[in-house]
Amino acid sequence: MKNHDYRKLDWPLIVCYLILTFVGWISIFSAVYDEDHAQIFDVTQRYGMQFIWIVTSFFIAFAVLFLVNPKLYSTLAWIIYGFSLLLLVAVIFLGIEVNGSRSWFEIGPVRFQPAEVAKIATTLALASLMSSYQFKIKSFKNITRILAIILLPMAIIIMQKETGSSLVFFAFIFMLYREGLSGWYIMFGILAVMIFLVTLSISPFAALIVIFSLLLVARGVIMRRVFLHILFLAVSLPAMIFSPRLGEIQFIAQKITLPDEAWLAMIIIPAFVYHIYSTIKHKFSGMWLTTLSFIGAVMLVFSVEFFFERVLQDHQRARIENLLGINVDLKGAGYNVHQSKIAIGSGGLTGKGFLKGTQTKYNFVPEQSTDFIFCTVGEEWGFMGSTALIFVFLFMIIRIVNLAEKQKDNFNRIFGYSLASILFMHFLINIGMTIGIMPVIGIPLPFVSYGGSSLWSFTLFLFIFIRIDLDRWK
Amino acid sequence: MAFSFDKKTTLTIGAIAVALVYIVQLFNLQILDEEYKINASNNAFRYDIRYPARGLILDRNGKILVGNETAYDIMITPLEVKNLDTADLCSVFNLDINEVRVKLKEYHRDRRRIGYQSLPFVKQVPGWQYALFLEKSYKFQGFTGVSRTIRNYPYNAGANLFGYISEVDTAFLRRNPDYRRGDYVGRTGIEQSYEHILKGKKGYNIFLRDVHNKVKASFANGEYDLEAIPGKSITSSIDAELQQYGEILMKNKVGSLVAIEPSTGDILTLVSSPGIDIEKLAHINKHFGEIAADPLKPMFNRAVMSPYPPGSVFKLVNALIGLEEGVLNHNTKYSCSGRYPVGRGVGCHPHPSPTDLTQSIYMSCNTYYCYVFRNIIDNPKYPNVAAGFNRWKELVESFGFGNKLNTDFPAEQGGTLPTTNTYDRIHGKNRWSSLSIISLAIGQGEIGTTPLHLANLAATIANRGYYHTPHIIKGSPDTLINADYSKKIYTKVKPEHFLEVIDGMYLAVNSQPGSGATARIAAVKGLDICGKTGTSQNPHGKDHSVFICFAPKDNPKIAVAAYIENAGFGATWAAPIASLLVERYLNQKVERKELEAYVIQGNLIRNVLK
Repeated sequence: MKNHDYRKLDWPLIVCYLILTFVGWISIFSAVYDEDHAQIFDVTQRYGMQFIWIVTSFFIAFAVLFLVNPKLYSTLAWIIYGFSLLLLVAVIFLGIEVNGSRSWFEIGPVRFQPAEVAKIATTLALASLMSSYQFKIKSFKNITRILAIILLPMAIIIMQKETGSSLVFFAFIFMLYREGLSGWYIMFGILAVMIFLVTLSISPFAALIVIFSLLLVARGVIMRRVFLHILFLAVSLPAMIFSPRLGEIQFIAQKITLPDEAWLAMIIIPAFVYHIYSTIKHKFSGMWLTTLSFIGAVMLVFSVEFFFERVLQDHQRARIENLLGINVDLKGAGYNVHQSKIAIGSGGLTGKGFLKGTQTKYNFVPEQSTDFIFCTVGEEWGFMGSTALIFVFLFMIIRIVNLAEKQKDNFNRIFGYSLASILFMHFLINIGMTIGIMPVIGIPLPFVSYGGSSLWSFTLFLFIFIRIDLDRWK
Repeated sequence: MAFSFDKKTTLTIGAIAVALVYIVQLFNLQILDEEYKINASNNAFRYDIRYPARGLILDRNGKILVGNETAYDIMITPLEVKNLDTADLCSVFNLDINEVRVKLKEYHRDRRRIGYQSLPFVKQVPGWQYALFLEKSYKFQGFTGVSRTIRNYPYNAGANLFGYISEVDTAFLRRNPDYRRGDYVGRTGIEQSYEHILKGKKGYNIFLRDVHNKVKASFANGEYDLEAIPGKSITSSIDAELQQYGEILMKNKVGSLVAIEPSTGDILTLVSSPGIDIEKLAHINKHFGEIAADPLKPMFNRAVMSPYPPGSVFKLVNALIGLEEGVLNHNTKYSCSGRYPVGRGVGCHPHPSPTDLTQSIYMSCNTYYCYVFRNIIDNPKYPNVAAGFNRWKELVESFGFGNKLNTDFPAEQGGTLPTTNTYDRIHGKNRWSSLSIISLAIGQGEIGTTPLHLANLAATIANRGYYHTPHIIKGSPDTLINADYSKKIYTKVKPEHFLEVIDGMYLAVNSQPGSGATARIAAVKGLDICGKTGTSQNPHGKDHSVFICFAPKDNPKIAVAAYIENAGFGATWAAPIASLLVERYLNQKVERKELEAYVIQGNLIRNVLK
């Protein structure tokens, strides 16, 4: 980089970065604070260590901005990707076990999690592939390749029993959407999660009603007869919702008790048969898609129980049950979130002030300096402080997206979108779990949570983007 | 690229939407919901309770009946226990080493659940043992002492009155949410009925703690700590010396001895024998099994709970009712040939005949009262037997019989009185007459009165027609006694009629030998005791010995009822006991040493247990 170019660096992003690392540092100080070690630079404590991580990340940032040739990223993309896969596999055999997962290397005093770097490596690989000449996302072959690039590290990370980190890779769907993937995939994803949650937290019965309603609305839109379909929905909905309460009916002078599903079937099956019939007859485009979605959704409802009981591990099941309020155990799976909500809630409008937090200071919230660092912010800086932090993240994500759009080079744009997507995913899951909206998934809050490898890799990720962003001035 | 612009906007809107949802949730948690703020203060503060000293119970002259002494609960914080010499610890507290090892093993097993909590290890260690522990405490890491007050009793008397205190149990906590585990509460007697005055107010020291319950520091240098407020003392109406003397007299007898100051309703002495040994009271939990298993039921306060037939002392009531109803006057005479001759008859004992009203009282003639009672019931003023009976019952109830007197004994019972229904059930509707219920004439049959009722009767007669609700608490230095206790409660019998009865009672005690007076044994020179004996027939064994009295005749200072189970004639045991108590109270000493020795040495328990 030529010396006069520093003015063209994206300073707003750098300022955001500095704010977040600083907030992280003092929050860790506050969370771990101990009167015997009141010195914020005391390296026997986490805040002292975090200071070292921050300083070393500044060196990384400096190196990325001024020392490394940005051409290397696209050239070495596949090598880096391959190397990171190697690390991911190696850690299973050579890493140390932390909280039941094998995802950390330990080299002297330093711990390092290869999954963090894998996000950057995967981004580089995807950017490299998708920026290649005449790349079309819609071809089956390319979709397979993209899926392979994403799923490979995910699978290995799951084998490390780090399910949380692997979920972050779903973030790439936002980037893929920008690059031409149909929005329906996101919609279907959201719908599937919704159906999953409704099935678990209310009942399969309720989920079926929701799916049926969606089918009717979609059909109405496609056939341009929205009013008619909504009218039908308005009539059938009460019948379906209240049918379980009828319980017994008088049927040919005999009392019989029908199961809830029988009532539902009496409405849904004839309607669906008619739907198939009209699909075949009218050949409306999109009809088959809705039909298949409907069948898929119904199958999902009936497989939720299997997935929930057989596929998920006990603690994951407990966390979801806790979130949905099915089985709240404030001393067990629900403990973290409950304590976290107490800490945040006790902050009030303006917070208790720096070092004044009682909840986080006295270790009520587990993992308070890492995954639950947002609690400290919430407790000590209150609604104002935590909202401000959310705005910083939001600003940063939107800023990256806007910069990415300005890139002339596809590689750079894809890289930017991947960065924004992954930051967003961490933001969504991490803050969501501390305020009790998301299930507990142990991933750090970027730049803020304690930890060298997380801070280093996000610094690397961000500053690579800031560096390649300079390309557009050429 | 209009196409891509759309997608970018969609993603941006998505991110903004998520941020907004999170801000709304934060608003909800931090601004709207109070619950989380309350939870937070419970979380971070540890309130170490300071227990208040319980209020004292004083006697009527200010002597301490129930006091306090300090004991210590030894607490263990299992996680802080290091290098423990178990044998040494056991020798200090005199514990069984194997039990301690088992206990320690349990703590070790539950160490994660317990964390840095302190649990009681040995309860109520006396001061000298605690001093021993303090000397060696550097050896016992993880053990600390918390001071508690336990009761002590300077007078060896009154155990059944005071009641005991014990640690609250789960059932009690469910009903009384103000209490916390580890609190002590009055369970019976005065400790229970005046719990609200005696208990005081707990204080606390606030410490900051972490999630392991490990105390980090005193919060704000104790600025918000709360001092414990000691319970208030209360003054009892009991005369400590007299109570102690009463218990000595009642030793080895089963029954009750109750003394009331007629002018106030103050209970001077109330003995239920056998009672709880006062030394066991402070450590009631240790002795509970043994006390509960005693066939003589020492926990049962006979004096206020047990309904006995009053026997001949009830003739006084019938005489008063007869006078009030006009079926009897001073000169009414009936002759007695040793039995009441109508129906199945009622036996009497040999005595001069005929008798007038006064004589009937001091000779305790059964026949006389059969006539009187039938005249009351069959009084032509009333249309039928039931109406006559109801009038009789109304007058009897005006003496407090058949109902609780509303004293401050939580365990007080009301005794029993029959109703017309009772007899309809026994004999058939309207198939009974005054003759069927003739036992009531002499205080037998379907009537049950507590010894307290009888003492109250003595006080009522002493007052010539009214009583104050008997009570055991006079008040406390700064609380007034229940205002109801100062009210005079009049019976439905006019005061002038009482004078006739009092004459009879005076002569029962103070007649010449050979006059047929039943209670001459109770006479004390110069005290003008007025009394009435009773011998209550007992189908299950030897008769109960009953005596009520008051003294002096003019301006009475004390009214006493003695009810001794299975002790024979009223004059044999009850009259000596009651009169000794009167003598002791009015003369501060007892001259009749022989009688006193006879009473103290008398052992009637075997009559009861046979």
